[in-house]
Amino acid sequence: MSEPTIPILEMRNVSKTFDFSGQRIQALSGASLTVRKGEFICLIGASGCGKSTLLRIAAGFEQPTSGEALMWGKPIDGPDPSRGMVFQDYGLFPWLTVRGNIGFGLAARGRPKAEIQDTVSRYVDMVGLGKFADAWPHQLSGGMKQRVAIARVLANDAEVVLMDEPFGALDAMTRDRLQDELLELWASTGLTVLFVTHSIEEAVFLSDRVVAMSPGPGRIDSELQLDLPRPRDVASPTFNAIRGDLNQRLHSHHARRAA
Amino acid sequence: MSIVMQGAPPAMRGHGRVSTARLRALGGRAGQVALALAFPAAILTGWHFATAGEAYSLVPPPAEVARAFWDLAFGGINDDAFSQTLLTHVLASVGRVLGGFGLAVLAALPLGLLIGRVPFVRQMLDPTLQLLRPIPVTAWLPLAMILFGIGPRSAFFLVFLGAFYPILVNTVFGVRAVEARLFEAASMLGCKGPAQFARVVLPASLPAIFTGLRLGLGFAWVVIVIGEMTGVQTGLGAIIMEARQLSRTEIVIAGMVAIGALGFISDRLVMLLGRRLLSWSPNHV
Repeated sequence: MSEPTIPILEMRNVSKTFDFSGQRIQALSGASLTVRKGEFICLIGASGCGKSTLLRIAAGFEQPTSGEALMWGKPIDGPDPSRGMVFQDYGLFPWLTVRGNIGFGLAARGRPKAEIQDTVSRYVDMVGLGKFADAWPHQLSGGMKQRVAIARVLANDAEVVLMDEPFGALDAMTRDRLQDELLELWASTGLTVLFVTHSIEEAVFLSDRVVAMSPGPGRIDSELQLDLPRPRDVASPTFNAIRGDLNQRLHSHHARRAA
Repeated sequence: MSIVMQGAPPAMRGHGRVSTARLRALGGRAGQVALALAFPAAILTGWHFATAGEAYSLVPPPAEVARAFWDLAFGGINDDAFSQTLLTHVLASVGRVLGGFGLAVLAALPLGLLIGRVPFVRQMLDPTLQLLRPIPVTAWLPLAMILFGIGPRSAFFLVFLGAFYPILVNTVFGVRAVEARLFEAASMLGCKGPAQFARVVLPASLPAIFTGLRLGLGFAWVVIVIGEMTGVQTGLGAIIMEARQLSRTEIVIAGMVAIGALGFISDRLVMLLGRRLLSWSPNHV
């Protein structure tokens, strides 16, 4: 279990308490997680298990109430381009075209125009939006919007991509296609992905490691290393066995709570 | 193909689907224009029959107003003190409106962005501005005359004040309505702090700001007339008041028409600019 190198992301005993008009609500309790460079990790659990809170702490949008959130061993003290976030509701800038959205980070960081143009064109092609490069976000389908959202964090040199139920609002066919595309991008770029989902199938299909979380208060229950070769066949017996195992882990927890 | 069809009689043009649709659209537009013109035409007709030929009418008939307008613009009919003076008055009024409005934009826009985005500024300024807001611009007139003297500077100040609040209120509203998600997206992409004003706050609230600009400019035209009614020699408000004192009602009405036309044109210009800048917004086509 000893790690020879520093992990790209590390959560050490992280807790988070929110104050809602005097009422204290614990969203996350003592969560520890180590993410190595190049890993694809899914956080899975019922709503209220703190998976989104953990992701937002990793992004730097929230500070932990106690514990430590580290990137390359240094405390995360705010959002940073090295950790790109992909939201379920896209969060695209409606006044910028596809190109403008993908180039937003580079422009904001004052990169030279020629470099921005080159990089943007490369990523527009990478996510297959060449024909829509000059379209406004409101003219795009949900799948296209999410491609733009992924492209804009990649174009901005993200080392870690944090994804908060990114395909949750898409129809099943679009979701399948984007899952394939994401795996291709991940395999070809050496990205590190931390992916929040509530779909067991999605987690088993995508990740190297599944982190199961449970609510009341939110915490990490167990981790499951998946060594299935890719591309994975959702109809195979092995796939289904793992799905059943995870299903039981997540549901036995409900049974415990009910008892 | 459609070029060849241009000269063909209407019966033949109906063959192609596209040209039929086009014809229908054309007919629809003509119908709309006709409908929009019917109401003012009825009013003009009613006005004409109520006033033309009457010996003692308080209001002159429309033809006389049209003559007065022509004389005001080009002269050659009455050759009196009013003849050919329209341009001078228009330029004076437009100058004050644009000056006061421009100043209001320069003041209200940054202030609105700050009040909408920075809690400290909001807490400091908003209560005072809200307390001053219910005071009608007309109630400021006497104070303006004391401060700036009787003359164009008071009119200028009133226009500024009249345009200021609509721009400010709409800008604040626009900024506060920006989705929090967009600020998160910007900051994780490396755009943080004050840099977000130019890259997120301003573009995101532009639709609301344009509503404010249109309202503000409309209000500027309302207020300019009040501002020019006392102690100002030039301007459309001044000419209307002067004509009233001389019982030249046709010139009063001609002046009103000129103000209406200018207000309409300036509103259209802002709208066209808005359409160009807001082509990204699905609600602003």
